[in-house]
Amino acid sequence: MSTTGVSSWAVDLAGVGAIYPFQGMEWILLIIALAFWIWWHITTFRMELSRQNEKVKKYGDSKNIINAIEND
Amino acid sequence: MGNNLDALTTIFTEFYYWLTVALMFLIHVGFCMYEVGASRRRNHMHTLLKNSMLIPLVTITFFFFGWWIYWALPNGPFITGGIEWEAANANAPVSDIMGTNLSDRITGVFWAAFLLFSWTAASIVSGSVIERINSGAFWILAVLIGSGAWIIDAAWGWHYAGWMVQILGYHDAYASGVIHAVAGGFALGVLVVLGPRLGKFSADGKPRDILPHNPWLVCVGLFLIYTGFWGFYVACNVPLISPEGIGGEITGETWTATTIYLTPTTLGAITFNFLMSLSGGMMMGYFASKGNAFWTYSGGLAGIITASAGNDLYHPIQAMIIGGVGTYFAYKLHYWVENKFKIDDAVGAVAVHGYAGFIGLVICGFVLWGHPSSPYEGYATINPLGNFIGAIIMFGVLGFLPGYIASKILHAFGLLRIPKEVELMGLDFGTAMEEEAAAREVREAEIAMANGK
Repeated sequence: MSTTGVSSWAVDLAGVGAIYPFQGMEWILLIIALAFWIWWHITTFRMELSRQNEKVKKYGDSKNIINAIEND
Repeated sequence: MGNNLDALTTIFTEFYYWLTVALMFLIHVGFCMYEVGASRRRNHMHTLLKNSMLIPLVTITFFFFGWWIYWALPNGPFITGGIEWEAANANAPVSDIMGTNLSDRITGVFWAAFLLFSWTAASIVSGSVIERINSGAFWILAVLIGSGAWIIDAAWGWHYAGWMVQILGYHDAYASGVIHAVAGGFALGVLVVLGPRLGKFSADGKPRDILPHNPWLVCVGLFLIYTGFWGFYVACNVPLISPEGIGGEITGETWTATTIYLTPTTLGAITFNFLMSLSGGMMMGYFASKGNAFWTYSGGLAGIITASAGNDLYHPIQAMIIGGVGTYFAYKLHYWVENKFKIDDAVGAVAVHGYAGFIGLVICGFVLWGHPSSPYEGYATINPLGNFIGAIIMFGVLGFLPGYIASKILHAFGLLRIPKEVELMGLDFGTAMEEEAAAREVREAEIAMANGK
């Protein structure tokens, strides 16, 4: 008994295929991964927009902007 | 791997593609250096991260659905047949060959070689939009080009059974169109909606030069792209296959390397042609730009890209001339489009990849006219019209249109472009201020300790 389906290497390798753990759960893994991917886009996009608003509020006066341009 | 010869062939093929992946990583390193070098100091870290984060995003989405698309859609679908369910399902993310599997040693490395092309497609777009696009918007566009548009075009025109190869006789051995024209067209579609960087054009519409902050970094970046390009070329070949393995009309028992279309070529041929087209491009880039370093290096890339469609067959001197011709027109078109349509392509990506790729496809149709596009019976031979239609599909239909439409949607939701104040102060400005304050605090604390407080 093992998570990979291989419990001994006393086998002919010609008959061995997939050896990753928890075979048969690929669809569940895929759904979890797709959800994580979409969540990541939404969350990081929100973070980026909120950070930009914060920057504009904190540093967006003309003095800071001119300073940034001149020091570039 | 039933016997030693099978084992050697399998392990050689596995290692061959693996090595191309390692080499192609350098393309991405080069793109990042190039982009950061071209951006202004106040945008460095944002520029680097924008490009770097396409690596995980395109990787996972190419695993989720990009690779499936390649195997599912060679027929269109519904042009030369339906969806290829059997081949597609074997390469779906839930298939047991998409993981550690002792009975399949090739899929992982072959998938990765295609994936690195996907990164390249997205990275080409990344450079052109620097300093004013929201990273979140770019990453959505990167997934669209990297795991969508380019892999559809690969299924159609860069697959031994692709409908464009069968019906049009489309030939594009080293991806002038399927990577470069599509990515250049996509970048142009995005740029039309995104608009130029603030200050790029004067009030009367005259373009201004926004100089790279570090031309040296830009040039070394391009050098690294050249280096990685070796991996790209080699990855486009099948390294070793028997006539029986091809299953086409080739007779006898002589094994060969082939293109992705399973048409015979050699590594020697593409080595000749890579170097000669690079040389033609660099010499023409230097001449056309009157010795500008950036355009000389970009000319080398444009030279390779122009000749790539037919570099499996060209004579090296043909490759050199074709590379030079493509570079000249790409350079001229860049400035013509910039002046005429006020397009701010910060790194010349649309020209170097898009125009050069398009021109290369058209030239290939003429130069290789009548050569078999495939070892299989019934396929159209290579011809000028087929490659011209192919160039329009690559640059326009699968490149420009998706880039333009997706950007329009992002723009409609106010998500495409950063606020004006942020663009002026620089994307790194707030972070830089905070880091400077933190460093100052540490320095003050250390000075206080030194004073015995």
